[in-house]
Amino acid sequence: MSGFRLEKGGRIDRSRPLSFTFEGVSYEGYAGDTLGSALMANGVSMLGRSFKYHRPRGLLAAGLDEPNAIMQLEDGAQARPNVKATGVELYDGLRAAPVNAWPSLSFDLLSVNSMFARFIPAAFYYKTFMWPHWSLFEPAIRRAAGLGVSPEASDEDIYDKRYAACDVLVVGGGPAGLQAAQAASRSGARVMLVDHDAQWGGSLMASNRHVGQDPADDWIGRVVEELRAAPETQLLNRTLAFGFYDHGLVGLCERLTDHLPLAERSGPRLRFWKVRAKSVILATGAIERPLVFPNNDRPGVMLAGAGATYAARYAAAPGRRAVFAVNNDSGYESAAVLRRLGVDIAAIADARPGLSAKGAQMAASGINVFTASTITNVRGGKKVRAAELHKLDDDGQAVKGSAALVECDTVLTSGGWSPVVHLYSQAGGKLRFDEQIQAFVPRECGQHVLCVGAAGGEFSLTQGLADAARAGAAAARDCGFDAADIEPATVDGEAFGNIRPIWQVDVSGLAGERGKAWLDFQNDVTSDDVALAIRENFKSVEHVKRYTTLGMASDQGKTSNVNGIGVMEGALGKPMAQVGTTTFRPPYDPIEIGAFAGRRVGENIAPLRPLAAEDAHEMLGARFEDYGGWRRPAFYAQDGEDEHAAVRREALAVRDGVGLFEASPLGKIEVAGADAREFLNRFYVNNMATLKPQRCRYGVMLDENGVVLDDGVLACLGPNRYLAGTTSGHAALIADNMDEWLQCEWPDLDVVVQEVTTNWAVMNVNGPRARDLLRKFDCSIDLAAEAFPHMHVREGEIEGVACRIQRVSFSGELSYEVAVPWGFGASFWAALMDAGREFGVSPFGVETLMALRVEKGFLHVGADTDGMTLPQDIGFGGVISRKAADFIGRRSTMRPDSLRDDRRQFVGLECLDGSAKPLTVGAHVLLPESAPPALTQGWVTSSVYSAALGKPVALGMVANGRERIGEEVKIWDRGVSRRARISAPGAYDPEGKRLHV
Amino acid sequence: MFLQEPKDLTRHYSAASLLREGFNKQKGWAPAWRDAAPKAEYDAVIIGGGGHGLATAYYLAKEFGMTRIAVLEKGWIGGGNTGRNTTVIRSNYFFPESAAFYDFSLKLYEGLTRDLNYNIMFSQRGMWNIAHDRHGVEMLHRAVNAMLLNGVDAELHDGAEVKRRIPILSDAPRYPVMAGLLQKRGGTARHDAIAWGYARAADMRGVDIVQNCEVTGFDIVDGAVTGVRTTRGDIKTGKVALAVAGNTSVLAELAGFRLPIISYALQACVSEPVKPVLDTVLLSISHGVYISQSDKGELVIGSAIDLYPSYAQRGNLPVMEHTAAGVVDLFPRFSRMRFLRQWAGIVDVMHDSTPVVGLSPVKGLYLNCGWGTGGFKAIPGAGFCYAHTIAKNEPHPLTAPFSLKRFETGALIDEAAGAGIAH
Amino acid sequence: MLQISCPYCGARAEIEFRCGGQAHLERPGPHDQVSDRQWAEYLFYRDNPKGVSLERWVHRFGCRQWFNVARSTLTHEILAVYGMGEQPPQLEGTKR
Repeated sequence: MSGFRLEKGGRIDRSRPLSFTFEGVSYEGYAGDTLGSALMANGVSMLGRSFKYHRPRGLLAAGLDEPNAIMQLEDGAQARPNVKATGVELYDGLRAAPVNAWPSLSFDLLSVNSMFARFIPAAFYYKTFMWPHWSLFEPAIRRAAGLGVSPEASDEDIYDKRYAACDVLVVGGGPAGLQAAQAASRSGARVMLVDHDAQWGGSLMASNRHVGQDPADDWIGRVVEELRAAPETQLLNRTLAFGFYDHGLVGLCERLTDHLPLAERSGPRLRFWKVRAKSVILATGAIERPLVFPNNDRPGVMLAGAGATYAARYAAAPGRRAVFAVNNDSGYESAAVLRRLGVDIAAIADARPGLSAKGAQMAASGINVFTASTITNVRGGKKVRAAELHKLDDDGQAVKGSAALVECDTVLTSGGWSPVVHLYSQAGGKLRFDEQIQAFVPRECGQHVLCVGAAGGEFSLTQGLADAARAGAAAARDCGFDAADIEPATVDGEAFGNIRPIWQVDVSGLAGERGKAWLDFQNDVTSDDVALAIRENFKSVEHVKRYTTLGMASDQGKTSNVNGIGVMEGALGKPMAQVGTTTFRPPYDPIEIGAFAGRRVGENIAPLRPLAAEDAHEMLGARFEDYGGWRRPAFYAQDGEDEHAAVRREALAVRDGVGLFEASPLGKIEVAGADAREFLNRFYVNNMATLKPQRCRYGVMLDENGVVLDDGVLACLGPNRYLAGTTSGHAALIADNMDEWLQCEWPDLDVVVQEVTTNWAVMNVNGPRARDLLRKFDCSIDLAAEAFPHMHVREGEIEGVACRIQRVSFSGELSYEVAVPWGFGASFWAALMDAGREFGVSPFGVETLMALRVEKGFLHVGADTDGMTLPQDIGFGGVISRKAADFIGRRSTMRPDSLRDDRRQFVGLECLDGSAKPLTVGAHVLLPESAPPALTQGWVTSSVYSAALGKPVALGMVANGRERIGEEVKIWDRGVSRRARISAPGAYDPEGKRLHV
Repeated sequence: MFLQEPKDLTRHYSAASLLREGFNKQKGWAPAWRDAAPKAEYDAVIIGGGGHGLATAYYLAKEFGMTRIAVLEKGWIGGGNTGRNTTVIRSNYFFPESAAFYDFSLKLYEGLTRDLNYNIMFSQRGMWNIAHDRHGVEMLHRAVNAMLLNGVDAELHDGAEVKRRIPILSDAPRYPVMAGLLQKRGGTARHDAIAWGYARAADMRGVDIVQNCEVTGFDIVDGAVTGVRTTRGDIKTGKVALAVAGNTSVLAELAGFRLPIISYALQACVSEPVKPVLDTVLLSISHGVYISQSDKGELVIGSAIDLYPSYAQRGNLPVMEHTAAGVVDLFPRFSRMRFLRQWAGIVDVMHDSTPVVGLSPVKGLYLNCGWGTGGFKAIPGAGFCYAHTIAKNEPHPLTAPFSLKRFETGALIDEAAGAGIAH
Repeated sequence: MLQISCPYCGARAEIEFRCGGQAHLERPGPHDQVSDRQWAEYLFYRDNPKGVSLERWVHRFGCRQWFNVARSTLTHEILAVYGMGEQPPQLEGTKR
């Protein structure tokens, strides 16, 4: 146990102790801690096990770059798998457990993998597990893989979404971000400043620098206060900018409650922002790179900057005696921070040959600084006991015989810094390799985005602030604001100085076996793995990544990618600039799937549309189902009836008396204008040019590929005024389609299209007593058979309310579709039920209507047809041949395949086995003697039990079916065959006498 | 097989070779394939070093004895849709033409690890297609019968049975699970391994695999191809085969013709890895979700295409938000799991979701394109049939229906329509 | 997520729009004088450029008006928005 709590200092609130558990053991931390810092303060050094070898691992970093400290938080509905301990604000009662270790972190059975490491290098699984079969090995491998555990209960939290637009979005609330936001904000521009941290200040929080003459804290406080006061500026902390998308859209994830004790959480957990910014300034800082040397993964080996952050910000020291290994000046600053706070600096090994000014300063103060030296090994298993240091020769090879063994309990390394260019790259930005800082930096981008401060590769704070101030003002000016340049703040301390790239400490000349040198800690990728990949010709940076899994872990290689590219440079003899990077993908840090889903959960995924008389249907015992997004009664169950009995009863009621059906979802599109007739004639297969006012005609619509798109009744309400009916699910589609043709292809036609489906509630009064029932109402329309024949439409008033009545039928009985303004729908339904009592009126549902239309052989588009059905397949060949004019899709009906005589055609199917059981919809039609595998002749598309006929009836699509009426076929459903005969569709009242009463 | 070709011990993979190399510090492995420089002339040139191109080269060499051939890849092999897809393999197709082809491909997959001596990790964990309303159930009936009649394995189960087999499914999703069609032989494989395994096996048979070699033009004389121009020099050849997925239109334009193709960005993502929780592949059209769990533990989620032409392989939000909502509706426990990475692949979509494997308007120039969102499962089958087409200058019977001519005759093989998606 | 400037409503997010595919297609006719090949070209064959694409869009969840867009399929940058029936502006990289 090497970490401990410093007695004073830090940005923790010692007056607010918090208790938490890790692996079942209770600990105490303070408000302001992260889970990571609290564990460090409690001396817990081993926080996890690695993915493959189950090596013990401790904290490497202090931020979202952390690869090792992966935790399972809480359980049940609150469980959170795979969170980084460094990104979790401590709260009272927090319960954390390590992942990927069994039975416990300190005794993990699968650490046995480590012993076989030599036999299971990168990608070994492609070379084995082939005999006898992969399936024998896979289950064990699956169980061994994975990190945390998926929550076992349904998520109960709420996730919000919000859109925002701004002029300047500044990502990163460190010094550069604050400065840029201040400069932009003063112009009055709409500025948003976001940071995933709970606190503002970024790297300044872990330093003892001064801004101007004041401590950094004062400056941070002043700027934040000014920004808070600016009316057009918005600050969002605990908010991660996770993705940069097209046209300036940045995705943010704001954590609203994750930092609170479970009992205090209420309201949405996360808020998912989609911010459209005219200009984006990325002040996302830089990520320190670890040095790559044998056993660099031991708990206690950390990034130097992280060590300083833990000590300065969280008052949690990583150890009492530290060895530093650096290749640039930033490590000295970290060392100075730790030393000031009382940590003993045992030695600093600097890979660079000469002493830098900072190094000299440090040496002068009595610290052992070894130049041209680096760390070559760590002694200790679950914690650090000592560091081995060696001299480096000019080629970067450790020199045999130059060893120094330094006792210590923590090792802090700095291998340089990589600007966080993830969002820049996601925006389409191109990178270049900067030799000065040995990292990839922004080059150019097609979107309005600029990286400032360390994110832009500028490691001098004073210079970074100057750049940020300029960028902030310039961004505001780009958005049309009169932004003056502001005087940037200055910061004491220098930049990181030059750097000696040591991508991999070369220990090949040293005596003795050393452990592996780790690049990707979470995925257990070593420099040997990269070498192996290259030896096997996986030389592209993407191949190395995929072959070794370097950078594919849940940290997405934040600390490992650039080191990996550096190792590749050595192995390939190709400069890093040419090796290039893998692609940066959103999200920057993992984001909850629930946040992406937002409020689109449960019924909000696709809210169901209610009928006008929904309450009445409910009262009548309706069994509702989702029909194309409408909540409609399938049938009405009485006295515990099942569906079959209810449909049978309702169907007979319609055939024998009168039924009532709410048909409001029927698509209704008004088409008006001087050229409406011409337009509709082009839109329908049928000849609509001859349709007269007050008349209806059934018609079919195609897409340009000739496929039957929809059908419905077209009613001519008057000269130049039509009402087009569509199936209930298709109204919007057809209206859109009409608009597209009118605007894009035939703009010369004078036509207006308006969908009015939900303007009118429609009640279908259906059955031989339908007229008698309607006559109970005071109606301005003469309902007499001769005055208002079948396939006619009338407009008028019913009980003083506007109505449209169409005498059309989908049941084969006398039938009126009465439309009233939607708001009158419910009361009209009630009145119809009341008035119908004397006729024994029965409400009926969709399934009953379907049964009635199948008995009649009426086609239902989408059930009997599919995306291949042409009009001639459903009997419209004659209609086409009689029509001279072109219509949408006509040419497609003339292609060779459209004219084949063995196309599937719409027919009836009559059961021959005497069973009352309907055929299965989706059963296939076969020749009587054939058995599978067999070529299908078609399939059953609709099938019901006909109460009126006392037997099952069915419809189907059968190859050349119309020519084969009378032929016997086999109906085949998953091995079960039934005999049937092809017939004409329409078993009930084939002459249609009942329609014209 | 009793007689086997002698094994080159530096190149044959086995537990024994791993053991040997374990004692050899892994130093003895030969390159999986050679980085060939392009020669001046080949008997055939395949453009595109993805699964399709590499498989084609392998079968050309193995089955048709053509070894003076090259695969030209503008970047790194397997870097296109092969390396960015959600790896589902299935043959649950509706039409006999499709079923025959895709089942042939699936059968090749079943033997591929041994054939290539490369573990492609084909895991036949089953593939579910879920229905959520009466019509959907009817369409599954139609589909299961079609599959059985086509000689493909298929099972239909009711909603309760689906829930019993996938217990983590929601108890009350917005779209109720009313039935499921299971193809047990369906599953997933390791996508990169397909490209690398074929590359290695093709290379062993003498095929030149040339990376970082972009084709910039074609030499066409009297309507017949005589060579290709590349960023690494001109190459003479009488046979050129395209296998470039989303970029097919671009190369066709260089050759002087257009195609019935639109390129779209197909969105996909993975979650962070967790311990095994989903042991099958599940597709729900209503939810816009295609989901499985990889051997590494990540949820691999196929989303939908952005419905506008694109060659930008970048992730986008709208369809991913839709898909996330679908994932949460089906599996409410996944709400708290996190997306780790999202991306897109450029797919070449034809109107009927059926590809073209066959001849082009230019003599000696062959087409393998139009796979849309489903090319991965077709890699072995298409490689085999395409090799046949190239070697014999006529389509393989299994892919003969997949011709360009169908767009004129109207003989489309519309699988979306067959699955009832179009209505 | 694209931002498209509807000529009638102004800049809006992609999700409000629908892309109708390649612009300036000519519908061949009369129907009885069109060859199968011509019809297939019109129905299915597309330029599908990697670069500037001329396409028509509709403000589906807005004013429902159709208009044309010149857009890069590689960067998604929108270079021009122009009305139905108008000819595309001269742009580098366009075919017409």
